[in-house]
Amino acid sequence: MKRKVFSAGPVAWVIRPRVAGVAIIAAVLLVLVAAVNIGRGSSHIGVLDVLETLLGGGTPREQGIIFDLRLPRTLTGIAVGAALGLAGALFQSIARNPLASPDVLGITWGAGAGAVAAIVLGGYRGQVSGLVGALGVPLAGLLGGLAAGVLLYGLSWRRGIDGYRMVLVGIGISAVGYNIVYWLLTVGDVDDAARATTWIVGNLADVGWESVGPTLLALALLVPVTLICSRTVGGLQFGDDTARGLGIRVDAARGTLLLLAAALAAVATAAAGPITFVALATPQIALRLTRTAQPPLVGSMVLGALLTVGADLAVRLLLPTLPVGVLTAILGAPYLIFLFVRTRREARA
Amino acid sequence: MTGTKRLSSLAALSVLLLVVCLASVALGARPIPLGAVWEAIVHPLGTETDIIVRSLRVPRTVLGVLAGFALGAAGALMQGHTRNPLADPGLLGVTQGAAFAVVLAVVVLGVHSLYGFIWFGFAGALVASVVVFVLGAVGGRGATPVTLALAGAAVSALLGGLISAVVLGDERGMETYRFWHVGSIAGRDYAVAGQIAPFLVAGLLLAAVNTPGMNTLALGEDVATALGQRVLRTRILGVCAITLLTGSVVAACGPIAFLGLVVPHLARAITGPDYRWLVPFAALIGAILLLAADVLGRVLTEDSFEVGILLAVLGAPVFVFLVRRKGLAHV
Repeated sequence: MKRKVFSAGPVAWVIRPRVAGVAIIAAVLLVLVAAVNIGRGSSHIGVLDVLETLLGGGTPREQGIIFDLRLPRTLTGIAVGAALGLAGALFQSIARNPLASPDVLGITWGAGAGAVAAIVLGGYRGQVSGLVGALGVPLAGLLGGLAAGVLLYGLSWRRGIDGYRMVLVGIGISAVGYNIVYWLLTVGDVDDAARATTWIVGNLADVGWESVGPTLLALALLVPVTLICSRTVGGLQFGDDTARGLGIRVDAARGTLLLLAAALAAVATAAAGPITFVALATPQIALRLTRTAQPPLVGSMVLGALLTVGADLAVRLLLPTLPVGVLTAILGAPYLIFLFVRTRREARA
Repeated sequence: MTGTKRLSSLAALSVLLLVVCLASVALGARPIPLGAVWEAIVHPLGTETDIIVRSLRVPRTVLGVLAGFALGAAGALMQGHTRNPLADPGLLGVTQGAAFAVVLAVVVLGVHSLYGFIWFGFAGALVASVVVFVLGAVGGRGATPVTLALAGAAVSALLGGLISAVVLGDERGMETYRFWHVGSIAGRDYAVAGQIAPFLVAGLLLAAVNTPGMNTLALGEDVATALGQRVLRTRILGVCAITLLTGSVVAACGPIAFLGLVVPHLARAITGPDYRWLVPFAALIGAILLLAADVLGRVLTEDSFEVGILLAVLGAPVFVFLVRRKGLAHV
């Protein structure tokens, strides 16, 4: 099959129309869903007005509502979803197993434990105290997630990586992180129960501008680096021996990708708590839409953002009192069960 | 393994349990000498020491012993029935099932007595264990360690989401939930131990009746059938025992994971594969470990480390160690 190639100096990309098409359609849908989500609230604003305001027009009142109050929620949703989609696609490619996702592998709970530890033990009580206050929690989440990632890679490495061993080790790491989060919630005086729950189920409702900045900054650094490093993913899918034959330094490449994926998932968790199953489901949906051999990375990012903002919108319409993480968990777990039954059947066939 | 060695290990473990019980009564935020403990139990005078011993330490110890017995035996039963060294009521979602049902009873139906919601705990544990067994076995060839652990993780995740959905509805529910959910034997009075005791005894009896059948079942379902074993009956008996044991512990103490995973491996090292010995040993070791973890948490961290958390943090490395053993991580 003849492929179009885009080349610029020493680098070149193959352009796959279907992959690009899926990403573009998803991006258009994302803009629409985001606009609807921004428009909803105590005073309703129409989709077209929202789009107009975002592009610089609109009345001062609309500008005030949208930019001061509503944009952080949707913007965080987009950032978190994109990070989770990318992280999930990387994990599933590295483990070569559709069950691998930061939630199952324990990264999410590692990051959650780090973030909660910073809040509870650092005496940070929700008021933003300058830059340190705003950066401390995401940074602690990042460290927790990275620690979980290092543990995961170290403990599941045994003359190479086996997808199922990695998933099982991840379940063990999850259990530790999860219990640490619960313990911290009981010792600390996180006196506001609603705030505590953010760390048990992911929530976008209480996000303000002060946490959007660090999240976007972290992603602006991580996403380009990840996309550049991801050029080895295509070779890794053929197995260790073939990948070595192709000239990839397998352990170094895989370790780097795994840490980057862990960092992405950790940033997402630190921003909004554990929004589960987005990272699990998105790459598989993207894979089916694009019909590629592996989850497409950019496509997974856009679809992840679409899924997260869509879930947030759905939960606001259907169950306004609940955080978005509840919906993704309830919808996602049956999907995990389905996936697991199906991979078993395939493994046998 | 000779009978004498088993009996001497049994005696040694019993002594160890006694020591841990004494430590559990004597140690804590305020250490109490054993003489004073004895006085408090035999001739209570209503002093502060007496109150601490009689209304705090002793009930806590009794509940710890009961819960440890139950979880140890339940873990051994689960590992036997699933022929899976990674089985544990906590990891396979059975405790989460009981937890969901209890939360539902407390928050939605307004049931507040332990007698009221223990039945919900049983129902939840039963449904969750049946679902996990069925899921792990879909496709015909029976459940392997990986499939069961994953089925358990998936069911736990679903139930966790549902629990959050129920609990987040009201603020007070959340307050209670985040303390109940960590699994603890502190702050329960005698009544709690008394109320779950009949169910635990029934569960332990069922487990004892179940053990000869499990020995045959360990050879595989086909061989067991050929040997004249009624496999389905053995399975149902096992699930009932697991349900009673796990459901009542969850109702009384909250979810405590990993004890059921670790204990059977320790017991197997002493008794070998014979379930008639393995299950009682697992129960005994379960009680020792649970109380020891509780005392450790009390002494080292001034009781801020609940026993459920400590067991998970100590038990997870054992889980990872088991996973890394050869030949386990395959579908």
